[in-house]
Amino acid sequence: MQTEIVIAGFGGQGVLFAGQVLAYAAMDSGKHVTWFPSYGPEMRGGTANCTVIVADEDIGSLTVRNPQAVICLNLPSLDKYEPLVVKGGVLVLNRSLINRSANRTDLRVVEAPANELAEELGDKRLVNAVMLGALVEATGVLTMAAIQKALKDHLPAKHHDLLPANFTALEKGAEAARRTLAAQSA
Amino acid sequence: MAKELLKGNNAIAEAAIRAGVEAYFGYPITPQTELLEHMAARMPALGRTFVQAESEVAAINMVYGAACTGKRVMTTSSSPGVSLMMEGLSYIAGTEVPMVLVNVMRGGPGLGNIAPSQADYHQMVHGGGHGDYHPIVLAPASVQEAIDITVLAFDLAEKYRTIAVVLADGSIGQMMEPAELPPMAELKKHLPHWAVTGEPGRARRLLTSIYLNPDDEEVTNMRLLNRWMSIRENEVRWKEYFLEDAEYVVVGFGTAGRVALSAVRAARAEGIKVGLFRPITLSPFPEAQLKEIAAVSEGMLVVEMNAGQMLDDVKLATEGLLPVEFYGRLGGVVPFPDEILGEIKRLAAGPIPNQNGHARQRWLERLALIKERD
Repeated sequence: MQTEIVIAGFGGQGVLFAGQVLAYAAMDSGKHVTWFPSYGPEMRGGTANCTVIVADEDIGSLTVRNPQAVICLNLPSLDKYEPLVVKGGVLVLNRSLINRSANRTDLRVVEAPANELAEELGDKRLVNAVMLGALVEATGVLTMAAIQKALKDHLPAKHHDLLPANFTALEKGAEAARRTLAAQSA
Repeated sequence: MAKELLKGNNAIAEAAIRAGVEAYFGYPITPQTELLEHMAARMPALGRTFVQAESEVAAINMVYGAACTGKRVMTTSSSPGVSLMMEGLSYIAGTEVPMVLVNVMRGGPGLGNIAPSQADYHQMVHGGGHGDYHPIVLAPASVQEAIDITVLAFDLAEKYRTIAVVLADGSIGQMMEPAELPPMAELKKHLPHWAVTGEPGRARRLLTSIYLNPDDEEVTNMRLLNRWMSIRENEVRWKEYFLEDAEYVVVGFGTAGRVALSAVRAARAEGIKVGLFRPITLSPFPEAQLKEIAAVSEGMLVVEMNAGQMLDDVKLATEGLLPVEFYGRLGGVVPFPDEILGEIKRLAAGPIPNQNGHARQRWLERLALIKERD
């Protein structure tokens, strides 16, 4: 059993850190995990993405052509990854910055206005936590408790005042996932 | 110790520190810069030497000098930077002092790019610097293996008074994986008998790579070669996957070996009896092991992130006992598992079309079609 997840957006949206939280949670849950970032010039202002693979056995390739789930934090990410997600896979869209829905009808699509939700919570840096909450709810790749524990154990101590807001952001994302998936299957 | 989520570059640096490296000299270059940064942060705090040199040429010559004192020393770089070090590496080989070099390879030739590549295989395995010498070259495929290999590299370098190279690529350097670091080793208490220490009142120790008399140089070359024969005899390392009943065998090192593992599993799921042979020592190359496997297999597929550099060594080792095909991606492109799965199916489907010509030529024609399609 192996789940491949791509998190894509532009620099500054917390793409790489969201992937690391997922990787820490997977490691602490006793899973095999790899985290592989896009690195280099694209880190400076352009697109940023990382691939996280969570598995029950040792992992081969660090990247896959057709991931099972993709978080798209902006429109270029959706344009790039929508055709690539496996049939029946999960697409999580930040509708604050993406002005269209998915074109494909063979995917489970989760939509969340992540920027607005983050700003309602008082910190625009929470966008990645909202999206991560939505992904975890939609895929069940790990438990929400494992994600919360990973944040608590691996977020630097000086940022621990942000933990409650991050937990709320995760829950807001999960709520959005439940709502949009229910609407999709209705 | 518990597993930590570690980035390859940082893990290699910390492993070297725990193995007791006492002096590091380097110059920043992507995709290995975190390695140098980790050293900059840790070494001075431990009372050890860290120098960011003015160039790779300076760094390798600082390594040369420091290695002559008998302490554990290392440098790290990426492809173009390693090219600059070649003269110094040859001098170090000729002087018979141990050192560890880490090359986190990137796309080339020339300035190339910063993407993962394996195109320095020939340069590292078959020389690089001038003269008749062989470094030990170890290729990790995971963060854990990078840690273990780094520690091993210091031991082997000292045991054989040779250069030991950790040959990784950009993705090994940049990825994160759970891994366990070794405990902090005690620093070496006893220096080797050849180390120059500035001690007054004892017989002079001379470390040099100059032997103006060819007869003396020949003796030195024979000594190097005898050590190399002993390395070939004792230090070959590799890993096997699903080979017990395999009819077809994929051969790949480092990251290409990992990607091949995914493809081999997918092919097994479709009922193809295929296994994977992953060399860990590229030098000494697992020749005898590959020949043994070749004698009982139907066909081999070599997978690399270069134009078939290890392919030549596999063909030599297998002595024409079976067809050897090749698949590679170039210039910093990392293959996806489905590409290699397609190649395994091609091999398993029966007689390879157009057996005339070289496996490299056949692959180049297939790659041209793939580039056209994508």
